[in-house]
Amino acid sequence: MPVSLLWAVDVYGRVYSLSTAGQQWEQCRDAQMEFKRVTAAQQCCWGIACDNNIYLNVHASDLPVRYQEETYENQRWNPVDGFSDRLLPSDRWQLSDVTGLQHQPLDNFRLPSSSWEWEGDWYVDENFEGEPTEKEGWSYAIDFPATYTKDKKWNSCVRRRRWLRYRRYKAMDTWAKIPSQQTTLPDPFSDISCGGWEINEEPRGRLSLWAVSLQGKVWFREGIYHHNPEGSLWEEVPLPGEVVQISCGPGDLVWAVLWEGQLIVREGIGRDCPKGTSWAMVDSPSPDVGATHVAVGVNVVWALTKDNKVWFRRGVNSHNPCGSGWISMVGEMIMINVGLNDQVLAIGSEDRAVYFRQGVTSSELSGKTWKVISVPRDGDRSHSSASAHSLQSAGCYFCGEVRAHCIITSSSPESFVDAPTEHSDQPIETPKSRIPKVTSDSFISELVSDRGPGKTSREVRSAGPAVLEEETIPLEGEVKAPDVGVSLSPSQSVGPLDPQWSNVDLEEAQGQQAQTGAVVDTADTSSLSSVATFTLAMEDPYGVDEHPMWAWVSGGGCSVDSHTQLNWFNSMVQSVQSMSLSVTPAQTAAWRKQIFEQLSERTKREMDNFRHYEQAIEQSVWVKKGTMQWWRDWKPHKWIDVHFALEQFSGPEGNKDGILFIYYNFYEEKKYLHAFVNEVTILVPVLNDSKHSFAIYTPERTKQRWPIRLSAATELEMHDWLALLSVSCCDSRGIQGPPSKQAIWSITCKGDIFVSEPSLSLEAMPYPTPCDQMFWRQVGGHLRVVECNSIGIVWGIGYDHTAWVYTGGYGGGFFQGLASSTDNIYTQVDVKNVYIYENQRWNPVTGYTNRGLPTDRYMWSDASGLHECTKTNMKPPSPHWTWVSDWTIDYSVSGGTDKEGWQYAADFPASYHGHKTMKDFVRRRRWARKCKLTTTGPWQEVPPIPLSDVTILPCAAQSSVDVVPLWAISNKGDVLCRLGVTALTPAGSSWLHVGTDQPFKSISIGAASQVWAIARDGSAFYRGSVSSQSPAGDCWYHIPSPSKQKLKQVSVGRTSVYTVDENGNLWYRQGVTPSYPQGSSWEHISNNVRKVSAGPLDQVWIIADKVQGSHSLSCGTVCHRLGVQPLEPKGQSWDYGIGGGWDHITVRGNSMEPPRVHLPSLTERTPLPVRNTEINSSAVGC
Amino acid sequence: MADDKDVLRDVWFGRIPTCFTLNQDEVTEREAEPYYLLLPRVSYLPLVTDKVKKHFLKVMKAEDVEEMWLEYEGTPLKWHYPIGVLFDLHASNTVLPWSITVHFKNFPDRDLLHCTSNSVIEAHFMSSIKEADALKHKSQVVNDMQKKDHKQLWMGLQNDKFDQFWAINRKLMEYPTEEGGFRYIPFRIYQTMSDRPFIQKLFRPVSPEGNVHTLGDLLKEMYPAALPNDGEQKRYQVVIHGIEPLLETPLQWLSEHLSHPDNFLHICVIPTPTD
Repeated sequence: MPVSLLWAVDVYGRVYSLSTAGQQWEQCRDAQMEFKRVTAAQQCCWGIACDNNIYLNVHASDLPVRYQEETYENQRWNPVDGFSDRLLPSDRWQLSDVTGLQHQPLDNFRLPSSSWEWEGDWYVDENFEGEPTEKEGWSYAIDFPATYTKDKKWNSCVRRRRWLRYRRYKAMDTWAKIPSQQTTLPDPFSDISCGGWEINEEPRGRLSLWAVSLQGKVWFREGIYHHNPEGSLWEEVPLPGEVVQISCGPGDLVWAVLWEGQLIVREGIGRDCPKGTSWAMVDSPSPDVGATHVAVGVNVVWALTKDNKVWFRRGVNSHNPCGSGWISMVGEMIMINVGLNDQVLAIGSEDRAVYFRQGVTSSELSGKTWKVISVPRDGDRSHSSASAHSLQSAGCYFCGEVRAHCIITSSSPESFVDAPTEHSDQPIETPKSRIPKVTSDSFISELVSDRGPGKTSREVRSAGPAVLEEETIPLEGEVKAPDVGVSLSPSQSVGPLDPQWSNVDLEEAQGQQAQTGAVVDTADTSSLSSVATFTLAMEDPYGVDEHPMWAWVSGGGCSVDSHTQLNWFNSMVQSVQSMSLSVTPAQTAAWRKQIFEQLSERTKREMDNFRHYEQAIEQSVWVKKGTMQWWRDWKPHKWIDVHFALEQFSGPEGNKDGILFIYYNFYEEKKYLHAFVNEVTILVPVLNDSKHSFAIYTPERTKQRWPIRLSAATELEMHDWLALLSVSCCDSRGIQGPPSKQAIWSITCKGDIFVSEPSLSLEAMPYPTPCDQMFWRQVGGHLRVVECNSIGIVWGIGYDHTAWVYTGGYGGGFFQGLASSTDNIYTQVDVKNVYIYENQRWNPVTGYTNRGLPTDRYMWSDASGLHECTKTNMKPPSPHWTWVSDWTIDYSVSGGTDKEGWQYAADFPASYHGHKTMKDFVRRRRWARKCKLTTTGPWQEVPPIPLSDVTILPCAAQSSVDVVPLWAISNKGDVLCRLGVTALTPAGSSWLHVGTDQPFKSISIGAASQVWAIARDGSAFYRGSVSSQSPAGDCWYHIPSPSKQKLKQVSVGRTSVYTVDENGNLWYRQGVTPSYPQGSSWEHISNNVRKVSAGPLDQVWIIADKVQGSHSLSCGTVCHRLGVQPLEPKGQSWDYGIGGGWDHITVRGNSMEPPRVHLPSLTERTPLPVRNTEINSSAVGC
Repeated sequence: MADDKDVLRDVWFGRIPTCFTLNQDEVTEREAEPYYLLLPRVSYLPLVTDKVKKHFLKVMKAEDVEEMWLEYEGTPLKWHYPIGVLFDLHASNTVLPWSITVHFKNFPDRDLLHCTSNSVIEAHFMSSIKEADALKHKSQVVNDMQKKDHKQLWMGLQNDKFDQFWAINRKLMEYPTEEGGFRYIPFRIYQTMSDRPFIQKLFRPVSPEGNVHTLGDLLKEMYPAALPNDGEQKRYQVVIHGIEPLLETPLQWLSEHLSHPDNFLHICVIPTPTD
């Protein structure tokens, strides 16, 4: 689970965050003023500061927030000037938007706020629909508007080209004021709540932000999404009364509290209307006492009443946002908040401590108990032992210094009050280091995480011990002063300090100061200073905070669920856990080393000289028996009951071996089937909701494409058998421990991970090991993509695009105990969508209905239409998966959809399009439902950027390269380069963003640092000048794809470059030489190819479809290219290995040069081993 | 780096080279050759001495044979202690092989229990496991197991099948992470110079303050004399499986990795050899 943050504000207005992995509150040091409220999402945090303005803190990420501005330059041809910007009066502007309706000269583009900066100047886009254009980027047409082509024709009368410029959001990890361009902007804001990110995934990063003003009006912030984190404008929402507080959940729940104590619920919130349409009224939980506070999640509503009682609303969900009734809960709270996964946080009315509701699960949303979060703050010297006295004296000690700052601030109070507000729009900047733009279509910006201005100041702050004592500093003015002093450069320090606080606050604070005449009296002044932020602080009995007192908490960015292990509650427990046995640090302990050393000494002493002695216990046969079901080999195929036995014994050389037997009845006759354990090549679990089954392959069974399929009665039994069989298979082959660095990794269509140890002769010429004899063993975890190199760096990508790095362990998943390492195994979570289709046919009377023709597919079906799949009967893929969302319409289907998600076609099955035409008689739409898997494996998450592809330089085995180039594509198509990846730190340190003008989908780096990539439009790109000095290269060279084909994947070996297109063709790049690395043309190698992996020996492996075995046809089969030689890099034929059902393979770890066999004479060469192989061309005869 | 599981293997596959000689007083038809055997440290003598018995019976008359018992330098060897414990307790720091004398008469009823068949050992072994689990998990784990699981533990030990044994035993070694260890650590402290057979008390792996208990903490409470005083020569060796773990070794780890198959941590405190 990734680390995420819980945000809170204390009664003095200081903002803190607590990491899910942490054990102390970290003060948000760059907050230069006090905050009243914060509301967090995972990517950012919003807050209302004491100046009543709204501030945004966008968390820094390695992926910049960039926005592409574009404008079109239009020209018309005339006989005198040729093409010129002299247009006809009826034409569009010389510079316009794509439609031509909007006048858009270059200098009309302005940065939306001071939080943005330009990345470079305008330049011409020289790409047209995936093809490079002529130098100046023009595309031609007969007239405006018409179809444009990149070639000029005789009748081309007009032309246009696209100008591009990028701007970047720069105010990362710092509080930036939201500009209020609107003059009509309301009275000051008093409450704020963000949410709504689950309503719609597009556009990316969309948020709903709701705010309440002091007069009780509600405002909705329009247009917040990833490329526009600040949003664009405030829109007032009509109300039935005056609102005091509002809460917006991650989904479509929005509740608010009225002055009179009732609650209102927003209705009509949906994908197309995140703002909702109307309000419904709900009474206060208690008839006499009005509600004061409400908090909503995805499916929950919690409320507080004036008497601080806590209430839980029953029966709330997306269809019934009002719920059905109130339940009184224990506890007395003054503030409550619902975080991610409907987890609940609250602030106690008595002690002002933050409470976490324990035991909240999807089946028990109300949870079990309140548990106080008792961790110290980073400024606390000691959590429990600090007495009021010692704090007081600490205050005295530092007061001299404090006063010095105080003089600066209070010497000219007017200047703050009168300071023009523009100043506040200029956040403090420190120059960012940037690599200048190299060519027009590329730029690199380094965003190493610790370069951000906010971080810098934070580090400086925490380094200075004096500043840490700011606990006892009484006034806001003083608190601010050191902040500014440190984070500003000397020349700026005289500038406007912090003009943003309101007159009221300042006067009051000053008055107080005048009265006391000293700044040491901590208790009173500090509570006074928070008058504006929290009214109750006045009657606060505690002055110096012996324990922190909180005013506000927000869990909207805090990813916790009922399984998460938190260290927030008791620091004692943590000390136990850190010493716990399987935790890594313990392994380096001296005691542990001592035991290892002594045990090996003991072996030497007691056994080494006595090996010739007889063993007291003879090794005997060990039989394990059980009953199972077997998918019988003969027709009609069905499951029949069998007895199953595994006999294990020691072979002649002491190696373990075994035989497995399946005893069955054939027409009353007892028969059996057996297989030697040392011939088993793989055990594949095949879990579905009805059977706990697994498949056993041997080379023979692989050829047949017909494994032995067995099914155990329970899942537990299946896992016991699989674990036992797998240990037995590994023992018989002498394989144990983690996979080697040379290992070949593969992934099945179920996301299971298998690894095979390549033998030296696997790539031998001319007689390689047949690949159906390769032994595969499972590694825990769930992935969609895995990539490795030969020094043992392995990365994976989950179905939810999370990036994972291999930890060096083995086992996990159902491999427990002996088949698994004790450490380096972690929890892994993956989420994927299950899809079903709703199909409808048009008829003249009723239009589209769910009444189809008798010959039609099911009205609710899978993609093929062959199987009925309804919303209710559809189950998660296996019992390990659980639903985590409801069914929703999926709009992101290729071909596009209309507003309701429908796609139209003339008939089933056909190609679908997103709008209805006259010829369309059927339509369908896709429904998606998310499900989640929690498993374990030797994988650790690499937060925070989700990826769609990754590639690692396939180093030679003994390579001395320290830093290993690793490239990736984010799931939004950005190209990334990972810094700091070495064999010791395979996860690397940070991402370097490599600019592109279009989204990419596949990338691969060859042994000589050749980087090739495929853009989403199906064309290929070669990255120039990539070397160890310039790890990100300089520019992209466009490589046209094979004619009429859209490429989808690329793999680069030592020298060879292979691509696969969307129609399953495998292409080899001809003419690649060191001096001309782009090559000259594509040569077709094979069809029916799903994926390709080219390795450091230029070996070529693919996943092929439609491989015919003797018993059955298989899709998704691992195949090995035979006959690949330096002078014949394309090879000759395919050898078929394990499958079907395989999705991915990487051979990029195998750099073991095979022994060279020199045949006496070429003419005597026998034909290649003709086992399922086929000479040349297609992967399969079809 | 070595893995914790290697410790389990090393413990399981520990062997003591042993030379069995027939007691001088036994009446034999011809001279009995000594018999050499590698004894598993974690097993019990009667389980592994069938071959020894057969070997010596060849030279004896049936009427001279009573229940076999074994002795080392005058001490009758208790079969219900694991072999490794017997060796560490009585024969550490001696020259290998371990020289054991075989007797077929004058069974020392005062010192030894009779062992008429393997089922007696099985009963003893299983009761130890149950006792240990009562301490570790209030018997919850062992009671949840099926009869065949119990059998598999025993068969694993009897047939020296590490995988077979540990496939089940790992369940006995689990504990809820939030508790940081077992409820109590099943341990026994043996000493040669006392009449008490062994020390066994309740002891938790974690102190009430949340500190991890170490081997040193245990000894300090159970047997302070075993710990060296400041500046003093070490008087005692604390031996587990023939090795001396450091006193700061966490007890929970020891219990998980250096327990015998009966799930007890058997600790021998023996005088430091003088030479």
